[in-house]
Amino acid sequence: MKTSDHSGYQGSAIKKLGSVLFISAVLAYLYAPIAVLVVNSFNSSKYGHSWRGFTWKWYEKLLNNGNLMDAFWHSLTIGLLAATLATMLGTFMAYALYRYKFALKKATSGLLFVVMMSPDIVLAITFLVIFMALGIHLGFWSLLIAHLTFCLPFVVITVYARLNGFDGNLIEAARDLGASETRTFFSVVVPMSMPAIISGWLLSFTLSLDDVIVSSFVTGPGYEILPIRVFSMVRVGVSPEVNALATGLLIFSVALVVLAQLILKKGKSQ
Amino acid sequence: MDFRRLIISVTLAWLTVFVFLPHMLLVGTSFMSPDADHLVVWPTTLANFEKVFTPVYFTVFWHSLELAAIATLVCLLVAYPFAWLLSGFKQRTQAILLFLLILPFWTNSLIRTYAIKIILGKKGLINSALVSMGILDEPVQLLYTEFAVIFGLVYLLLPFMVLPLYSSFDKMDTSLLEAGKDLGANALQRFRHIILPLTMPGIISGCLIVFLPAMGMFYIADLLGGAKNLLLGNVVKNLFLVARDWPMGAAFSVIMMLMMALLLLMYAQANKLVSKKGGLNDENL
Repeated sequence: MKTSDHSGYQGSAIKKLGSVLFISAVLAYLYAPIAVLVVNSFNSSKYGHSWRGFTWKWYEKLLNNGNLMDAFWHSLTIGLLAATLATMLGTFMAYALYRYKFALKKATSGLLFVVMMSPDIVLAITFLVIFMALGIHLGFWSLLIAHLTFCLPFVVITVYARLNGFDGNLIEAARDLGASETRTFFSVVVPMSMPAIISGWLLSFTLSLDDVIVSSFVTGPGYEILPIRVFSMVRVGVSPEVNALATGLLIFSVALVVLAQLILKKGKSQ
Repeated sequence: MDFRRLIISVTLAWLTVFVFLPHMLLVGTSFMSPDADHLVVWPTTLANFEKVFTPVYFTVFWHSLELAAIATLVCLLVAYPFAWLLSGFKQRTQAILLFLLILPFWTNSLIRTYAIKIILGKKGLINSALVSMGILDEPVQLLYTEFAVIFGLVYLLLPFMVLPLYSSFDKMDTSLLEAGKDLGANALQRFRHIILPLTMPGIISGCLIVFLPAMGMFYIADLLGGAKNLLLGNVVKNLFLVARDWPMGAAFSVIMMLMMALLLLMYAQANKLVSKKGGLNDENL
């Protein structure tokens, strides 16, 4: 018995080792290309085939590349605005779906589902078609509306799940105590859904910054955003400024996520 | 206007104008005739759908399906064991690993595709590693091949496959496996009759959110594929933005929508199988 126990223990140790190795290998695959970008952003060699010493020059070039920096600020603006508006609208939608009965309720969740599941390329075209039909100029507004819309379902799902998780009697109690529907929403529902609202915002911001496909279709010459600019830079050759940009974006995002985690934790402990 | 009416009408108005109408317009466009000046003109026609099956378009369409299917399969083969092993770790470790899995998303996917282009080059990370390990005598052409496109697709889409699979494994009742073992089922039988059916909804939803988007990722084909390895996204983008044949582009989009509907139907079926009365996840059991 003793030996079989022992071999069982060894077997599980090998299993454990195997699973750690496999998971590390997959993560290495995900991080290796990014690591190469980060390292090359400090590499004097333009093509990055070998290490030629440390430099900040690509960061200087990045900051002096007016078009690229403009595109960066534009992307950030669209991301912040789209995420904020999508979070507001999405929270309203989630609450409407959670609390009220209305005609076309099924259709509403169906449409949100369609937005979530449609491949980006199909969504991109539907946006292009409607902007043309409504005469909306391609540029800032088209980008904002498109980004806002494709972020919506993710906010709705996150907030709706949270609303479903808490005691509906609290809303009734607020109403019984004389709070109006509006007051109940802003003083009871919003504070209680805050963690979901923050996650929804973060998710939307990420989706907006990550998007290439929808943006390529609804962008206009007057308002160039990051993916379009970067695309024209990296299509032809190597651009070390892009490495510097990628590193900057990564640090920015990680900082944002850590900050959000801190806020969420603080919210929980209160 | 009271609060209730306000939020309901804003919801309905936004979704009607920016989701419902656009989809209807797109379907409508696919039955119209192309026109260089006005984009879309009467009369209605089925010609666009017929053109999909002419050799010029069908070859690209089929090749794009193949590339996306292989990428989806590779994602599944990597993500399935990954999600399975992941669900075996302690809660806290799971959370950290999931975080690491989605962290790369915070850099734009185009920039990550560019990173792939760098490491697949003749002097890139992969070639130099293989040469220095003595596996290759000299660098091989990886960039601008089918391999590069599939590599890029898997790279960008893998986490999307892991997440639904992970949620299936996470929900799985492990006592069923114990029961199977007690009743004398061997490891293969337990996998075939318990684990696989229970994770089927995860498999299908993973494939759903990888396969169709994979066909649309034109920038991967542009940066990594060369002229011969186009995806459907490249064709659609070209039809809309360069050739300005909107009806033809719309026809391809409608076909993608139909494929999505089909996959969703399969997903609903698999879900029903798992949660039907007397089925594996029947809550009344």
